[in-house]
Amino acid sequence: MGADPNGVLTGSHYLDGDHACCEGAIAAGCRFVAGYPITPSTEVVERIAQRFPRVGDGIFIQMEDEIASSIAIQGAMWGGKKVMTVTSGPGLSLMMEHLGLAAMTEVPCVFVDVQRTGPSTGLPTQPGQADMMQVRWGSHGDYKIIAICPNSPQEAFDFTFDAFNLSEKYRVPVMVMLDECIGHMIERVDIPTADKLEVTERKWTKKKPGEYKPFEVTDDTMVPDACKAGDGYRIHVTGLTHDEQGYPVMNHIAQEKLLRRLVDKINLHADDIVRYEEIDVEDADVVVLTYGITSRVAMRAIRMAREQGVKVGMHRLIVAWPFPEKRVRELAATKKAIVVPEMNYGQMVLEVERVAAGRCPVRLVDHAGGTVHDPQVICDAILEVVR
Amino acid sequence: MSDVLDSKPTTAENPVNPYLRLDRMPSIWCPGCGIGTTVNCFTRALTECGLDLDKVSIVSGIGCTGRVAGYLNLDSFHTTHGRAIPFATGLKLANPENKVVVYSGDGDLTAIGGNHFIHAARRNVDIVVVCVNNHTYGMTGGQVTPTTPGPAVASTTPYGAFEYPFNLPYLADSCGAVYVARWTTYHVRQIGKAMREALGKRGFSFIEIISPCPTLYARRNRLGDGLDAMKYYKEKSVVKSDADTREVGIDFQGDIICGRFVDRERETWIEGYNRQHSAKLGERFTPYPTGFAEA
Repeated sequence: MGADPNGVLTGSHYLDGDHACCEGAIAAGCRFVAGYPITPSTEVVERIAQRFPRVGDGIFIQMEDEIASSIAIQGAMWGGKKVMTVTSGPGLSLMMEHLGLAAMTEVPCVFVDVQRTGPSTGLPTQPGQADMMQVRWGSHGDYKIIAICPNSPQEAFDFTFDAFNLSEKYRVPVMVMLDECIGHMIERVDIPTADKLEVTERKWTKKKPGEYKPFEVTDDTMVPDACKAGDGYRIHVTGLTHDEQGYPVMNHIAQEKLLRRLVDKINLHADDIVRYEEIDVEDADVVVLTYGITSRVAMRAIRMAREQGVKVGMHRLIVAWPFPEKRVRELAATKKAIVVPEMNYGQMVLEVERVAAGRCPVRLVDHAGGTVHDPQVICDAILEVVR
Repeated sequence: MSDVLDSKPTTAENPVNPYLRLDRMPSIWCPGCGIGTTVNCFTRALTECGLDLDKVSIVSGIGCTGRVAGYLNLDSFHTTHGRAIPFATGLKLANPENKVVVYSGDGDLTAIGGNHFIHAARRNVDIVVVCVNNHTYGMTGGQVTPTTPGPAVASTTPYGAFEYPFNLPYLADSCGAVYVARWTTYHVRQIGKAMREALGKRGFSFIEIISPCPTLYARRNRLGDGLDAMKYYKEKSVVKSDADTREVGIDFQGDIICGRFVDRERETWIEGYNRQHSAKLGERFTPYPTGFAEA
């Protein structure tokens, strides 16, 4: 189904990543955003506040904090809206409980995280990539989410749009992992006409009240049909362990049944969700595995290394969670080494090491954040691993 | 549902039953607890309001009162600790034709959720907030809350509470609530009436219901059982509607000033949103539905 033309800013624009992210959300049908100001993500909600009143049927509310923002969107989802919240750094930490609630109660929603450095207040205006593990593991308990990593304003538009579609398809929170560089970088963004944008609508139940169970799964999507408050279904939704009816059940059998489905609906559909881009990998001896802004810095390093005769290519994570296990396992089995530059002290590299399982050396090129890598440092790492 | 409400009772069935998820009974509440009494009043208020129950949502946080959402046969949301109000804010704004009621306890709404409480009142979000105030955290074993009057003993104030407690009607009033009332679980008719009035208001309405916790608060303070609490409420309640909310704080086993303290009109959040954007954007802005029938 095509997008609502009212919301689509068709044309070519010069936009920063934050603004492009906002446009991607509106094009995808997002009509409720709750947020709290925090650098470097604030421009997303500033633009939302400007755009929604002109689009129609959209509500932006600046809440009292990130805790409130991250649950106001969930109330609004049960009111029938497509929803998003936006944050950075400390705000993301405050949202962790509600990331878990969204996973547990299968709320389709998008969390945008424009990454800065940490821990704590860190460098608020400067880039980092150190939230990659937090979004995967930061809420208590076992859960699975999807995380997608744009590396340009164009992708901030495209992938925010895709994030909404994924969240509806799997009824799961989807994290858009921007960073300060992408968020504030201005580049050309092409936005197609509404009919060219395929929007995944919510899978509303066709059942009647009395027949419908809000957490019942009837097909191999493993995703329950949706409904909203006010439609006569008289649903119950709880963050407690619950059965298909949504009623709390306080035992390990219900826990196993629910949790297994919640993680399997992602695990068993990983092939459908996983996305990556590969450049010059086929003939490469060394693969640089990276994501976000660091992938653009790494391209320079790869060119420098190629000039020195090293066969090196790039595997760029587009979807970081779920992690592309199959492909990285293949790379580990066929390449001489994998080099992982990231703007943290080693997060996604842990996944690479886990999946490679010793089949090839994995070399982290870490960075504390605050600015991007020096390409020479990545190039040196490439040269070292082939030596 | 309307059939059930319209018909005269022909069986001995409890008139509350149609409002409950009977498949979830019995409740977790202890004998003598007041929460069930308030739920009974709430169902009566729903009947008398004549609301379409398919369009009424109930949102709770965590705790003993937080379980109310799970027992009412409405669209019901049992959310996270302290966050029922921001959840309800999103739910209401997304679909204003739904009536949204937050039903939770004093610890949930005024300690961990205190920030959301004051901001929702300030914004005049069109929701009803019912606070069952038993002066303690029942679910976790009787700890001190922001409303525990000193020197009551709680598990985390074993030598007696000493902090200055919240006067909740004053808090709600000062933040701009359009309706503020307090009753005790002795005042079942008045609670029902207050709930009915609150459900009819446009804006943030707040009802505090003083309620016994015989298992923890009363036992630890040697105050007897549920019946003793009723005697206390009967003897010490002073009905004083339109009282200055600054004067309605509660001392340990002292007088409980009850009544409807605030009843006023003020622009709701959506009305303000529409007014400001219409003024600035004119024809380019389509007003957002308020959920109210147009005057």
